[in-house]
Amino acid sequence: MMVKQISIFVENRAGQLLKVTDVLAAHQINMRALSLADTRDFGILRLIVDDADKAATALTEAGFVYSITPVLAVIIPDEPGSFSHILHVLADGGINIEYTYAFLSQSSDHACMIFRVENAEKATEVLQANGVELAMQQELYRQ
Amino acid sequence: MDRCYQPEIETMPVEEIKKLQSERLVKQVAHVFANVPYYRHLMEEKGLTPADIHGVEDLHKLPFTCKQDLRDTYPYGLFAVPMDDVVRLHASSGTTGKQIVVGYTQHDLDIWDEIAARQLVAVGGSKHDMVHVSYGYGLFTGGFGLHGGAQRLGATAIPVSSGNTKRQITILRDFGSTILCCTPSYAAFIGETLHDMGLGPEDISLKAGIFGAEAWTEEMRRDIEAKLGIKAYDVYGLTEIMGPCVSYECSAQTGMHVNEDHFIVEVIDPDTGKVLPEGERGELVFTCITKEAFPLLRYRTRDIGIISRKPCPCGRTFIKMSKPMGRTDDMLIIRGVNVFPSQIEGVLMERGYSSNYQIVVNRVNNTDTLDVYVEILPDQFSDTVRGVSAAEHELEEALKSLLGIVAIVHLVAPKSIERSTGKAVRVIDKRKLHD
Repeated sequence: MMVKQISIFVENRAGQLLKVTDVLAAHQINMRALSLADTRDFGILRLIVDDADKAATALTEAGFVYSITPVLAVIIPDEPGSFSHILHVLADGGINIEYTYAFLSQSSDHACMIFRVENAEKATEVLQANGVELAMQQELYRQ
Repeated sequence: MDRCYQPEIETMPVEEIKKLQSERLVKQVAHVFANVPYYRHLMEEKGLTPADIHGVEDLHKLPFTCKQDLRDTYPYGLFAVPMDDVVRLHASSGTTGKQIVVGYTQHDLDIWDEIAARQLVAVGGSKHDMVHVSYGYGLFTGGFGLHGGAQRLGATAIPVSSGNTKRQITILRDFGSTILCCTPSYAAFIGETLHDMGLGPEDISLKAGIFGAEAWTEEMRRDIEAKLGIKAYDVYGLTEIMGPCVSYECSAQTGMHVNEDHFIVEVIDPDTGKVLPEGERGELVFTCITKEAFPLLRYRTRDIGIISRKPCPCGRTFIKMSKPMGRTDDMLIIRGVNVFPSQIEGVLMERGYSSNYQIVVNRVNNTDTLDVYVEILPDQFSDTVRGVSAAEHELEEALKSLLGIVAIVHLVAPKSIERSTGKAVRVIDKRKLHD
């Protein structure tokens, strides 16, 4: 029940992010979720795209350093308190969250959150045991 | 115990070596004083005459010779014999300044051949070997040095010279070369080309390589050894003193034995000129005690090294010098600590980083700062900031424990540090201390 996230090393200089997006655009790769972590010298651009393998090939050709990480895509109702509920479930299960960010959903009745956790398998069990719905890569694009 | 070319000399008891050096030094100082007005003048300035030099214990009294002295006396001002007795000239390339020219008598060339033969035997060579010399032939001393040694030994010299790498490999294969002599970077390139041609060590007959004339690391040694299926040995020399084989590596591969019957080595503090005890790092200084045509006294090489007389398993008693660890002219003084770019490079190479790096020294609020920019390795990168920071931190710790000062490491994108087609710019010192 994992989604492939591509994380790209981006130097903290003007125009560096653009270089990545230009490569993806040139290969007709569509982005659905994005998060950028930044430090003094560099940033890490985390992306969920429609075709992770194609994106990986394109990035390799262009000489980028990147990694592919499995992350959880959690479907949550689009209403107050639902994100808290997920956090409760994970906290009760002893799951530590590395980072989380929102997915651009086209549906109005639910939202989707990306979670990167330490133990993804255990997190999946805990979430499913609590009736939380997880999305697969292809499902994210059906909408 | 290694086989030696001249065991009676190469394994001579240390006391006898010192006695021989003393006799030869006294004779040499008299020769230089009588025949080189420039040196006579330098000695007279210090109130010295040859009568003040009784042996190696008096060596420290003599003036140093520097590169600038060679430039000031260019071309023939330091020659100690008439040109009629000079049978060969060589010159050092002018990449770091004006070129200098050196001369050899036939006796000088005989000594050179002899020490090069010692080097060849130390790497397992004999008259049965095919010595493939890929150093350049010409004014540069590289080619002729080992060429002469091979002939002296009765081996077969193959004067291939440098360049045309595919042809080098054809010759290696067709002529059956067994010992390769070239720069370490060229050896690595020959190894790579061999592999690119779909060939490997089993397709050539090489067993050993003698690689010098530039700095290289132990990692590079292992890489060359694996690619060519050989043992790779270091050799040291400089045009001003003789050419390659002033010192030579043995089977122990832990430093180079200085040919002490012909050269006296000292290590000095580059700032004060004070002679340092064995085991301390400083500038290597050589005195030629048998050379006739171009006999330099206490020549400051600007190479940084350590000398040691610890017994060597090879059986040779000549003092050993480390691989040069840098140049005094590359040395940076950061927060009062001497730092050589080569030390930083060593830490990076050990951990598999590219040799493309940049060192930036600056002064902020009257404190020196040291920043090292290194290209990130793909397999180090994860999706978390923590992962990259840990890699930077690991390098910072390693640099701190080696240098004794804090360096800030910045991992940057691959290929983002500018490649140079000539001499790479590794150090940027923004302190402008001399303005």
